[in-house]
Amino acid sequence: MIRMENVTKSFGQKHVLRGLDLEIPRGTSMVIIGGSGTGKSVALKCVLGLIQPDSGKILVDGKDARGGDRDAFLARFGMLFQGGALFDSLPVWQNVAFRLLRGRLKRPQAEAREIAVDKLRRVGLTPDVADLLPAELSGGMQKRVGLARAIAADPEIIFFDEPTTGLDPIMSGVINDLIREIVVEMGATAMTITHDMTSVRAIADNVAMLHDGVIQWTGPVADMDASGDPYLEQFIHGRAEGPIEAVR
Amino acid sequence: MIILSPLGWLGRSTLYFLAATGRITLFALQAFSHIFRPPWYPRELFNALMQIGWLSLPVVGMTALFTGGALALQIYSGGSRFNAEAVVPQIVAIGMVRELGPVMAGLMIAARVTSSIAAEIATMKVTEQIDALVTLSTDPMKYLVAPRVLAALLTVPVLVGVGDIIGIAGGYTVAVQSLGFNPAAYLQNTVDFLEPLDIISSLAKGAAFGVIAAMMGCYFGMASGRGAMGVGRATKDSVETAAVLILAANFALTGVFFSL
Repeated sequence: MIRMENVTKSFGQKHVLRGLDLEIPRGTSMVIIGGSGTGKSVALKCVLGLIQPDSGKILVDGKDARGGDRDAFLARFGMLFQGGALFDSLPVWQNVAFRLLRGRLKRPQAEAREIAVDKLRRVGLTPDVADLLPAELSGGMQKRVGLARAIAADPEIIFFDEPTTGLDPIMSGVINDLIREIVVEMGATAMTITHDMTSVRAIADNVAMLHDGVIQWTGPVADMDASGDPYLEQFIHGRAEGPIEAVR
Repeated sequence: MIILSPLGWLGRSTLYFLAATGRITLFALQAFSHIFRPPWYPRELFNALMQIGWLSLPVVGMTALFTGGALALQIYSGGSRFNAEAVVPQIVAIGMVRELGPVMAGLMIAARVTSSIAAEIATMKVTEQIDALVTLSTDPMKYLVAPRVLAALLTVPVLVGVGDIIGIAGGYTVAVQSLGFNPAAYLQNTVDFLEPLDIISSLAKGAAFGVIAAMMGCYFGMASGRGAMGVGRATKDSVETAAVLILAANFALTGVFFSL
């Protein structure tokens, strides 16, 4: 279980997180929605330790995320980055098997490659993609490779940062379905950041809406449409008018 | 206000300079500590050795060749004003080995290697590849910085040594072909004149310049701002800082070796 308690983070004069409280039960899929620049990515990066919060607690299975063995902590996570964040200089299979080729999860090269090809197949890519460089792939294929890399070491917790941004609607649907299938079949805890409402409905067990540095509303995805929360309703229906100020 | 504003600017600049010096020093200490602590990444080190050492050889060699040739012409022209043309082999040798060889190689490494390292690491930062490394339990200081700094420390002295030889060969070619020097006498004068300390100082400067070049590329790449502008600024700042630090270090090291 992931629990964030009263987490704050500022960049200079800009207060991004103003006391964020969030709980993600083990084995569930939480989707965080909110407008651009509301701190969704900052919240996610705080859990991973990529950004240090100014105050507050972040607990993973009751233990402080900032203490203890950092390698062991990170080995429990997989992450799909918004732009893929694939390593340009490495072929696809080495990207996927990156964690399996070094560090405490190191395997023999042939075995790591076999696992990489298997994970690529799981995300719908054929083995001939394995030896290509990331630059030779389309955006959708890069996203799939990123997904394969995120699940390569069978993590307990998977983070997805805007998994469908920049993809066409059909490819977005494919990625959403893949994420849902993989999370269910691995029994993983998932945390996804998006402002794509189709993704929310496809991926989420629970939804949290982040606005003005705090969680404005949270609950099961089934309750989202009847929440009665004006912020959430404005966001879901994409209205320019409402409590969330839109810059025109 | 008009009187105080230059003082304010001076104060801000001084604080900025001191803070930057502190950050770079801490970064350098961290980088060196990672060279000695596992895990090590031999494949990354090999790639860095090839990129920084082997692939820089043509540009360093060409620079040294032309510099040595021009030096021979200048010394001959200057020396002839007081009937001292005969000193060409000795001055080319000492000028290349003690000063121009390491400095020209250092500046060319700053242009070629520092810019390339800064642009590569800054792009990795902007595209979240550095964050991805961290989430994959890989320390970017160990994986990206330590191999590049170590490779520069090992290969730039070799490049400087080769550059020195090519520079002397450039001077030799000009002196023998155009200025009428006796080939055997030229080489004999060169060998007789150079002392071990000249060569040691040349290689020591190479090691220092190599570390500066790689370290500045890594530091400014890791500290890059967002977007294309961030990458561009990181690259520009890295090359400017490396070039100035190389020239400053050259002055300091020359002073040290001069006093020996």
